[in-house]
Amino acid sequence: MTEARETVIEFRGVSYCVSNAQQLLSDLNLTVRCGETLMLLGRSGSGKTTTLKLINRMLEPSAGEVRVDGRSTLEWDAIRLRRGIGYVIQEAGLFPHFTVERNVGLVPHLEGWPPEKIRARVCEMLELVGLPPEQFLSRRPHQLSGGQRQRVGVARALAGDPPLLLMDEPFGALDPLTRAEIQGEFQALQGRLKKTVVMVTHDLREALLLGTRIALMESGKLTGVFAPREFEHATDPRVAAYVRVFRARDGQSNL
Amino acid sequence: METLNFFIKNQGQILQLTLEHLWLVGTSMLLAMAIGLPVGIFLTRRQAFRKPVIGGVNIVQTIPSLALFGFLLPVPWLGERADRLAIAALTLYALLPVVRNTFTGIVGVDPNVREAARGMGMTDRQVLFKVELPLAMGVILAGVRVATVISVGVATIAAAIGAGGLGEFIFRGVAMVDNRVILAGAIPAAALALLLDMLLGFLERKLTYVQ
Repeated sequence: MTEARETVIEFRGVSYCVSNAQQLLSDLNLTVRCGETLMLLGRSGSGKTTTLKLINRMLEPSAGEVRVDGRSTLEWDAIRLRRGIGYVIQEAGLFPHFTVERNVGLVPHLEGWPPEKIRARVCEMLELVGLPPEQFLSRRPHQLSGGQRQRVGVARALAGDPPLLLMDEPFGALDPLTRAEIQGEFQALQGRLKKTVVMVTHDLREALLLGTRIALMESGKLTGVFAPREFEHATDPRVAAYVRVFRARDGQSNL
Repeated sequence: METLNFFIKNQGQILQLTLEHLWLVGTSMLLAMAIGLPVGIFLTRRQAFRKPVIGGVNIVQTIPSLALFGFLLPVPWLGERADRLAIAALTLYALLPVVRNTFTGIVGVDPNVREAARGMGMTDRQVLFKVELPLAMGVILAGVRVATVISVGVATIAAAIGAGGLGEFIFRGVAMVDNRVILAGAIPAAALALLLDMLLGFLERKLTYVQ
């Protein structure tokens, strides 16, 4: 792997507040490089999801700017920006009234691809996430297991072939076994596709497993960005504290 | 038996008044949907208007129907023809269930799904027409169904202002103290309500995605 990577996303002094009273994010500076998997790690309410939503302009910064491909998100047409970014959320957010085929083919459809090309792409994506198309094309989300739904969610996010993927606790709602399985598949997939991924998680193990870098957040501030190995043996007291708390909680499961 | 004979003897008029009744209910329901759906959708986009608007249609609902017919009588163009007036009043009555259910139906769509739709780059229009409305369809149609059934009942009162419909028989029967005449209006009206209810229930099941 080459180390020379260009910056894809850049946060410059970004703050976000709902009202004057509630600041969800303060003075965030962070860069995401091409091809890396950056994990946003932190407890609930630390501002991880807010950070993620600022990237595809689901939210707009109150101060500072978020640059994607060198342009501020406010200069981007929000629709164009979002169609170029894959988005996976918890519980997948699949459209319950659409079949798997229409769910996965959504972005190509919105982009006006010809139907046969959409279908081919949908089949390709389903193969990619390990769901045989002939079995799954015509199913509806409620006929899928949690793991299958999440796979469809990933296939849908990848269908438009976006270079960038945002994932908000994509595997959070799965049982431990299925989660481990899908994390493994995701790792293999990412090894092949080399997308730039920003993933929100509160699971330290997931962050260590999947991340090339880990950004630790606490109450709306970035504590620091670390390589997984640095993180595990961190000298920074705040990181060490997070690792310790997590280990203590997880101690009895012996993982 | 006697009632049945009366029905058979007057079947022509029963049919005609039933059709008049259907015309009053059908037209007012179409109008209520044409107004209520956009208003309900608008309220989901500008929630500040929700209280005054829902409150407003709520108040209309509380006005006794006979009084509402009376209130509308002096309104220039409306008051000229009785059926016009009746349709206007019935439309106002049907507005509440249509507006409210459109609003609650759309607001009740899983926020995860809406978020995914926006996050994948759907425009506001696409989110509305491809995601929110199809998913809210069951609730919206339930509102239309309730409004229709209520309308069939309220429309009988329209006869009091000379707008026709099955109420003619009912008012005549009350005046004549003749149950057969009352029933000639009441039974077809009840049947009409049941029939429309079944029809719309069928539509509701057809158009609602299976869970």
